[in-house]
Amino acid sequence: MPSTQDSHYLEREVEIRNPDGLHMRPAMQIVDCASRFRARISICKNTQCVDGKSIMQVTMLAATQGTKLKLIAEGEDAPQAIEALALLIQNEKFDIG
Amino acid sequence: MKLSDFMVGKAIVPKLKSQERDAVITELVDSLVQAGCVPAAHKKEITQKIIEREKQGSTGIGKGIAVPHIKHPSVKQIVGTIGCSKEGVDFASLDKAPVYSVLLLISPPNNPDRHLEAMESLFSHLQREMFRKFLRQAETREEIEDLLQEADESQNNNRL
Repeated sequence: MPSTQDSHYLEREVEIRNPDGLHMRPAMQIVDCASRFRARISICKNTQCVDGKSIMQVTMLAATQGTKLKLIAEGEDAPQAIEALALLIQNEKFDIG
Repeated sequence: MKLSDFMVGKAIVPKLKSQERDAVITELVDSLVQAGCVPAAHKKEITQKIIEREKQGSTGIGKGIAVPHIKHPSVKQIVGTIGCSKEGVDFASLDKAPVYSVLLLISPPNNPDRHLEAMESLFSHLQREMFRKFLRQAETREEIEDLLQEADESQNNNRL
C-alpha cells in the first residue's frame, strides 16, 4: 500500500492466545490502547475489517483462541500503535492468561 | 448464532422499575429466575458477581447500551434477557450517558467460544442504529420479541 511522506501504513498479523478469546474486557483493552494513538486502526479477521477504536465492532469479531488477526495502522504514530497493540494481544495476553 | 438461541422472551422486562444500576441487574436476574432459566438458589450469588464484574469495568459501551454478563456454572446454556428504561440508568458508561437498554447474559464457564458467538450476534445488531432506536422505543415485551425475531430473520437473509 502507498504511504505518503508524513503518514505510515503498517500491517501486522497477531494471534489471540488467551483461552477465553477476545471477549468484552480484552476488546475494551484493545479499544483503550488503540484510542491512545492518532493513527487509524483497523483489525481484520479474514475479510471482516473493523474499526479498532469501536468497542461494538471489536467485540463483533468474536475472535476465539488461536484466531489470527491482522492489525492495520495508518497515520503518523502507526508504528507505535502497532507495537503497543501487538504487545497487548500476544505478549501480555490482556494480562488475564 | 441467533438472538433467539439465548434471549429468553418471557424474561424480557419492557419497563424497568429501577433507575439504579445494581437494582436493575437484580431485577433482570430475578426475571431470568422467574422464567425458570436460572436456579433460584444461585440468584444472589449471580447478581453479586455481575455487580462485582460491573465495578471492575463498566459494560456500558455507549449509545445507551449496557451488556452486563458473567459466566456461571449453574446455567447449562447461555441465557439472556433485556431490560428497557425510558428514564435511563447510570451505568458509568464509557460515554458518561445514561443507559436505556440493558442486555444481560449468563454463560456456562466451559464454552468460551460459544459465549463469543453470542456476543458477536448481539453486537452485530446493536451496532445498527435502527435496532437500538426500536429497542429504545419499544413499550411491550411483544414489541421487543418481534424486534429480536426480525433481527434474526434479516441476519438469515443476509447470509443467503
